[in-house]
Amino acid sequence: MKKSTMLDLLVLVIRRDLILAMRRRADVLTTLIFFVMVVSLFPLGVGPEMAMLRKMAAGVLWVAALLSSMLSLGRLFSADYLDGTLEQMMLAPQSLSMLVLGKMAAHWMVSGLPLVLMAPVLGLQFDMSVQALGVLIMGLLLGTPILSMIGAIGAALTLGLRGGGVLLSLLVLPLCIPVLIFGTGAVEAASSGLDIASHMSLLGALLVLALVFTPWVTAQALRISME
Amino acid sequence: MTINWFKYSAPTTFYGLAGKMIPWFAVPAAILTVVGLYIGFYIAPVDATQGEFYRIIFIHVPASILSMFLYMIMAGYAALGLIFKTRLSAMMASAIAPTGALFAFISLWTGALWGKPMWGAWWMWDARLTSELILLFLYLGFIALHASIDDPRRADRAAALLAIVGSVNVPIIYFSVKWWNTLHQGSTIKFTGTSMHVAMQQAMFTMLAACWLYAIAVVLARVRSIILERERNTTWIAELPEVRS
Repeated sequence: MKKSTMLDLLVLVIRRDLILAMRRRADVLTTLIFFVMVVSLFPLGVGPEMAMLRKMAAGVLWVAALLSSMLSLGRLFSADYLDGTLEQMMLAPQSLSMLVLGKMAAHWMVSGLPLVLMAPVLGLQFDMSVQALGVLIMGLLLGTPILSMIGAIGAALTLGLRGGGVLLSLLVLPLCIPVLIFGTGAVEAASSGLDIASHMSLLGALLVLALVFTPWVTAQALRISME
Repeated sequence: MTINWFKYSAPTTFYGLAGKMIPWFAVPAAILTVVGLYIGFYIAPVDATQGEFYRIIFIHVPASILSMFLYMIMAGYAALGLIFKTRLSAMMASAIAPTGALFAFISLWTGALWGKPMWGAWWMWDARLTSELILLFLYLGFIALHASIDDPRRADRAAALLAIVGSVNVPIIYFSVKWWNTLHQGSTIKFTGTSMHVAMQQAMFTMLAACWLYAIAVVLARVRSIILERERNTTWIAELPEVRS
């Protein structure tokens, strides 16, 4: 039998989760539709003046992305928890942190990446400039994985609890605020002709920090929840 | 003679000790509050720029300081409980949370009362206000998570992990919000020479001490209730004089 490396394990978990997600396409689409809907509600709420919408666009898109990523977090571990797969994963000799990282990556590909790809279209509805759109996409690309990773901690902590969904948002949203600030800050800096490097570097730094710590913390949270 | 350093780390022994300690914190807290408020309202002079309005800082500043310190202390106890699996530490963490949330709320409330005459608005999206609000959210998250898990041991450990993650995040949140926007007046207490009148300082520090003592007294009282609730089926609780009567 071939000895599986950490990377093989990662690829295996990502593939498995992606296949499972593809078998339930409706779930993926719901999140995306929710994102589009929330963003489209804002002009209806605040009025159609283009100057104001252009100014709000980045914030609206980011907040909507934040909310829709909360929606899909509940599913991150719950299906595996209910059918007992998660228990088997925890018994496996491989590192649980690595398994969790794979699940996070798959979750981002299913729920974060579609939002990033959808964002330019929605940005055009708000009459964003091409340059601002570019910065927004870059920020979302760096930021949405962080949302998935921080969210995973919350998802693991609230596993199997009643009213877990609302509770999850309550726990995770405050922790995501820095991502929101730097993501929208970059767009604002770009529209006022300032340098975006500092915002992007900070987002990158957060991403690296999250990448290092959150899989391990999530693994600990899972162990607590599964006891 | 050997001293048993861990004697009071058991709820059984700590319950009695906490009961004896409460008056020693509660009474000075009450006295210092009266003294501090008296100095603050009658002795401290009127501020040159802010008039009488500044007097709210005698509540506002201690409440803000405590709300932040209590979060760190809570996270510290939570970490102790998680690492050494000591029941009492986890109980202390959950006893601190409501008091911390209360101080965060008082800090926001008094800040709004001060902001209306000074800034002309109840609320400003200023860095410190916003991070205080987020701190309140973190407290509420801790309390909500603890409350929604039925098994107390799992609740302790899950909430502890959340508190630790939160405490790592607090500085990140603070600086991100700070760079985002700043309008709050700078800190007036510095270690090298302050710009405050002596009576103002006295009132402030007296109130700070009063708030600390109050927090300790209340936390001890709450931890006693938690111990009673968690250990209600044990014999030592049944044998307590206050339970028997």
